[in-house]
Amino acid sequence: MSKAIFNIQNGPTFEGISFGAEKSIAGEAVFTTSLVGYPESMTDPSYRGQILVFTQPLIGNYGVPDCTARDQFNLLKYFESPHAHVIGIVVAEYAYKYSHWNAIESLADWCKREGVAAITGVDTRAVVQYLREEGSSLGRITIGNDTPVEYFDPMATHLVEQVTTKKPFHVASTLSEPIANIALIDCGVKENIIRCLVARGANVTVFPCDFKIQEIADQFDGIFLSNGPGDPAMNVKTIANLKELLNNSKFDKIPIFGICLGHQLLALASGAKTVKLKYGNRAHNIPVMDLTTGQCHITSQNHGYAVDVDSLPKDQWKPYFINLNDQSNEGMIHLTKPIFSTQFHPEAKGGPLDTDIMFDKFFENIEAFKNQQKDIKLEHSQKPTNLKQLNLNIDVLAKERVLL
Amino acid sequence: MSIYTSTEPSISSFNSPNYNPQLVENVNSVLVIGSGGLSIGQAGEFDYSGSQAIKALKESNIKTILINPNIATNQTSHSLADRVYYLPVTPEYITYIIERERPDAILLTFGGQTGLNCGIALDQSGTLAKFGVKVLGTPISTLITSEDRERFATALKQINIPIAESVACETVEATLESAAKIGYPVIVRSAFALGGLGSGFANNEDELRQLASQSLALAPQILVEKSLKGWKEVEYEVVRDRANNCITVCNMENFDPLGVHTGDSIVFAPSQTLSDEEFHMLRSAAIKIIRHLGVIGECNVQYALQPDGLDYRVIEVNARLSRSSALASKATGYPLAYTAAKIALGYTLPELPNPITKTTVANFEPSLDYIVAKIPKWDLAKFQYVDRSIGSSMKSVGEVMAIGRNYEEAFQKALRQIDPSVIGFQGSDEFNTKEKIDEALANPTDRRVLAIGQAMIHEGYSVDTIHELSKIDKWFLYKCENIVEVYKMLFDVKSLDQLTKELLTKAKKLGFSDKQISKSIFADLKQSEFDIRRLRKSFGIVPFVKRIDTLAAEFPAMTNYLYTTYNAVKSDVEFNENGMLVLGSGVYRIGSSVEFDWCAVNTANTLRKEGKKTIMINYNPETVSTDFDEVDRLYFEELSFERVMDIYELEQSEGCIISVGGQQPQNIALSLYENGCNILGTNPMDIDKAENRHKFSTILDSINVDQPEWSELSSMEEASKFAEKVGFPVLIRPSYVLSGAAMSVVNDDQELHAKLSLASDISPDHPVVMSKFIEGAQEIDVDAVAHKGKVLVHAISEHIENAGIHSGDASLILPPQRLSNDTKLELKDIADKVAIAWNITGPFNMQIIKDGKKPLKVIECNIRASRSFPFVSKVLGVNFIEVAVKAFLGGDNVPKPVDLMMNKTYNYVATKVPQFSFTRLAGADPFLGVEMASTGEVASFGKDFLESYWTAIQSTMNFKVPLPPSGILFGGDLSKDFLGNVAKEIQDLGFHFFAPNVQTKEYLSKYIDSKIAVEILDFPKNDNKKIRALFEDNDIKCVFNLGSKRAENTDDPDYQMRRQAIDFALPLFNEPQTAQLFAQALHVKVGEKIELLKPNNTKIPSEVLSWEEFLGYKAI
Repeated sequence: MSKAIFNIQNGPTFEGISFGAEKSIAGEAVFTTSLVGYPESMTDPSYRGQILVFTQPLIGNYGVPDCTARDQFNLLKYFESPHAHVIGIVVAEYAYKYSHWNAIESLADWCKREGVAAITGVDTRAVVQYLREEGSSLGRITIGNDTPVEYFDPMATHLVEQVTTKKPFHVASTLSEPIANIALIDCGVKENIIRCLVARGANVTVFPCDFKIQEIADQFDGIFLSNGPGDPAMNVKTIANLKELLNNSKFDKIPIFGICLGHQLLALASGAKTVKLKYGNRAHNIPVMDLTTGQCHITSQNHGYAVDVDSLPKDQWKPYFINLNDQSNEGMIHLTKPIFSTQFHPEAKGGPLDTDIMFDKFFENIEAFKNQQKDIKLEHSQKPTNLKQLNLNIDVLAKERVLL
Repeated sequence: MSIYTSTEPSISSFNSPNYNPQLVENVNSVLVIGSGGLSIGQAGEFDYSGSQAIKALKESNIKTILINPNIATNQTSHSLADRVYYLPVTPEYITYIIERERPDAILLTFGGQTGLNCGIALDQSGTLAKFGVKVLGTPISTLITSEDRERFATALKQINIPIAESVACETVEATLESAAKIGYPVIVRSAFALGGLGSGFANNEDELRQLASQSLALAPQILVEKSLKGWKEVEYEVVRDRANNCITVCNMENFDPLGVHTGDSIVFAPSQTLSDEEFHMLRSAAIKIIRHLGVIGECNVQYALQPDGLDYRVIEVNARLSRSSALASKATGYPLAYTAAKIALGYTLPELPNPITKTTVANFEPSLDYIVAKIPKWDLAKFQYVDRSIGSSMKSVGEVMAIGRNYEEAFQKALRQIDPSVIGFQGSDEFNTKEKIDEALANPTDRRVLAIGQAMIHEGYSVDTIHELSKIDKWFLYKCENIVEVYKMLFDVKSLDQLTKELLTKAKKLGFSDKQISKSIFADLKQSEFDIRRLRKSFGIVPFVKRIDTLAAEFPAMTNYLYTTYNAVKSDVEFNENGMLVLGSGVYRIGSSVEFDWCAVNTANTLRKEGKKTIMINYNPETVSTDFDEVDRLYFEELSFERVMDIYELEQSEGCIISVGGQQPQNIALSLYENGCNILGTNPMDIDKAENRHKFSTILDSINVDQPEWSELSSMEEASKFAEKVGFPVLIRPSYVLSGAAMSVVNDDQELHAKLSLASDISPDHPVVMSKFIEGAQEIDVDAVAHKGKVLVHAISEHIENAGIHSGDASLILPPQRLSNDTKLELKDIADKVAIAWNITGPFNMQIIKDGKKPLKVIECNIRASRSFPFVSKVLGVNFIEVAVKAFLGGDNVPKPVDLMMNKTYNYVATKVPQFSFTRLAGADPFLGVEMASTGEVASFGKDFLESYWTAIQSTMNFKVPLPPSGILFGGDLSKDFLGNVAKEIQDLGFHFFAPNVQTKEYLSKYIDSKIAVEILDFPKNDNKKIRALFEDNDIKCVFNLGSKRAENTDDPDYQMRRQAIDFALPLFNEPQTAQLFAQALHVKVGEKIELLKPNNTKIPSEVLSWEEFLGYKAI
């Protein structure tokens, strides 16, 4: 057992024991107050480059499930992407022995394979109090007698580029007659987002983040903008593409749904601004209110940036959800078009499943869109388009993420 | 039609300009139903829940009317409820109150199962509709669905939520048939029962027949289900408002797999072995259920979860506040009962602030950055013939909760909190063979956790083996293994320099106490816990203080809800208040319960009123004293010397109050004092002179106060000689007494030899004392408060039972009815002398016996607040605790002495009677003696003694007044007149008399009119079905069994008769004085009762007056 040290730049130092990869690292230190779901969080591409501090003091209790297991849609059954994206984790007490029917290895063994530095024995509450007061900070974990790594701000890099699929890939519905074709812009999409779409009967074609969606949008019944890591403003190309998409009246009727970074990109493409939060919202217990109905939901969240609600063009958008804790924006909805987005994660994994109704809403929009298309086409007595005839040949597309 | 005009959400939150709550209209007064006397399955948690509800209503300017005969509770105070009725919590009495008070609305979900059942009955009888009383919160139809298993099963089927397959049965035959279809093993549950009463497992037809006949005696319907023994058991606490907003406040996971009632299980919060998928699968199901059922308020959902897959079953839903909700509130800091009450008024969750942060909304889910352990407290050793196995019917009398930053810390703290004799996770040499260990691991009893300790620490059992036998999840066992590892390191410490800073730190981080460390290292090193403490502090190893803030420090929260931990590098709070420590009662157990919580809460209140900062230390989640808004700082912590001293030192406390929490804090008083702690009130050296029997007697002799002849025993020969000298019977007891443990009356030499070998094992540090036992004497309780040896106030309560019944099981009358002025003066004189002799400042209590005209004899003196402090305070209208606290503080605020017994007349009488839980304790002999057996108490007022007793006895749980022409069964000691007197008293009332044999019949005929027939019932042995038929066919509704001594074995016919009365839920009178009194009351009152129970009755009986009306003013 090597010693390990967790430093916060210009902040306190915590000593502990290393239980992960024997690799000293540096990144942005953030914390989550979620009680469960460490495998999901650690493989969530949105955590790219971050050192994740768990406030739940006991971590590793139920081990790590099979990282290669796939479900009927060929999606990873237990993970949100094939690999860990956090570069380090900080816990109060690591469970050296795990117990779960579903686990095949310990968190420590998995961290070692995935190159994740891990430190246990830290007063994580004290860490959180520091981050809460001083805001998100850079941190580093130094293993044993290593020379400490230089502090490094991953937010200054284009993190989405690192996590997006390098080529389009296709996830097919298991229905004999899929009900829709959805294009998904992958800024670091979680497996469960894709699952929430295909499980509702859609084929999903996943595109790299800077794919010119505006050139092929007409071949789809809906467009989805995924979650992802980092500062949304870094995604210059994606924002430009989305701007073109939104400004092209040809696509006025096409349903669009964005989650987390997807929500922020949509806001930026619409002319709004985003701001960096003091220490972000990373938790499974965050209350939001639906401003169209007043209904409250408990949501899963993981973001360091937020949309500045005052900057939303009021002639086009209105706020959809509000965070009841800090009053930050949690979503927006277009006044005339079938477009909405949420800052929180309706797909959960981990976290509460209360808001998976957002996917239902997206599919309602898709159905309405398809019916309109049908009507229009009948009016113009055109032949109904076969939506399966894409310019992109599905059959030759990859069937899973292309990571180089 | 719903009382909530809108069930739609609206954009209204407490901190937004749109704030606009739509409350239920025209609700200005609310009747709150309390839960009555503390019993197994329904205890202090409902004082906490009810108090919170009343606080929430008061805040909304609503007048609260409370019915609860539990006079020791906090909720029955005028500082909370506007009007209090100490009356039976029954549909009958609630109806009277509704008629008198005409409340606008009623709250049914804060009084446990009792409250719920009453509510359903009042709805079905049309009473609520007749008087236009609105049911706030969860509607009655939902309550019925959650209670009626069949409707419940149908409702859950509609939303595809799996429940354990169950069949409702109303006869034993139908039960057997269903079980044959489902397949054994099966579990039997009884509908409408609290805490799993009448439930159990059956592995075969014989077991099921026995169980079903017993359960059907208690409820009209039982359910047979497939047993899921070995599955994980998980619970969720869910809240829903009228606008369909839902949150789960906490989930909890049982250490004991399914099969052990959740009230009898060791529980951890939050769940620890569930993955995200499992956690949220069950969370989503809980929300789906609460929405489908339409709960408005709080609800708990219990699940069985497959240990090796994703299958699950709903076990139970409680659509009311429960023991679990109290635990969840304390575990998270989220006040469930308060929130539920606000929701009942029509507030939505976003319209309520999070009471902890004050800045965020109540519509969120707490995140914990610590782990909470709950362990039940059983007191089974106090009962003879009791079945010690634990299973689907709850047997524990209390519970503890401990908070730590890791499992080991929380678990070891909790184990110690259960009993001061436990040092942590440990073994017990009662498990001295492999067979005994394996048996204890596989078949849970109250001792299982010690068997696990024995197996792991001393016998080298592997985690796998223990898991195989117990099915306890390996994760818990691995964590226990960490403790074992440190034990082994400590066992290896052979010299002091091996006790390194590193090892001590490690041990402290894993929750080892100083005492535990001192006892684990080489004994020849002769290290006391004080030595370890010194060493530890010299290394700078001290605990840190952390806050409970509901959100894992994510937002700043200035909470005063604290715990200590060694797994930290900094404290959350600054220590600059120098507050006064108040030590609470610790775990509820037989002999120490809610009455000491009342004392602790009132102590803190008075200190605050006197301008002092207060710090409460207590670890009992069922209490009001652990409600963080009662004090300036609340430490949810151990009441050990070590921890109290830690907190005292950290806080640089001004002083410590040890005499209001019962015996437990008292036991550490001397150690605290000797280590420099400023103890308020009587000097602990003086307290010790009362605790130590020898010193105690010497002082009594010196002040010419009489006492029964006594001697200190050092050998068996001396003991025999002493007994011969004073004559049998004699009473033997250890010097430190906790609720009469190990005390017993011995009738002959043979018994003496047997008992002494048992009693002397209890505590070698304290010698065993023997005294002359005086038969047939009257017993009197004196409660008093003194200042510097001068009595300020005192109360004299007369026992109905003769001396020999533990004072905790005795019925008390106040003001006394049968004592002459001379006796009262003599009692006061003794109190004065005792106060001077011990130089008492603060509370004290004495038990005194009166044997005819002989001088009064003191048999017991406790220099602390007693069990009867709330009773005497509330009856006499003077808060004895307030007087005591003012005495502690001294100065000008010390009240002037007042004699409430001689110089004041009372035109009312109050009687306090014990609440027993024999129903829950299968096999236990319902016989009263010097060992306390009651779990709670109730009290009622009346214009005279008989009326107050009549009302009080009806206030005990499930008491049904026998009405003619039903049958009454007589049995017991025929050598005395008592039983005959009872029969004679009620012979004209039209009851049918029954006797178990010809001797009893002949005996009775000597007392009663020859025209009254006594029928002999021939009870077969061990055929419950036939016995049951005999009871039923003859409509037996009451049993008088006045046995002269405890049964020698379970074949004793008197034991069997007593037990049957309990098992068939009949009133049992087993003590001569109360039996005669009840007969008298029946004689006077039964005619009126028959009239009152007629359907068209409009009369309200004279005992239905509020506390304020009896006293003539609003006291306390």
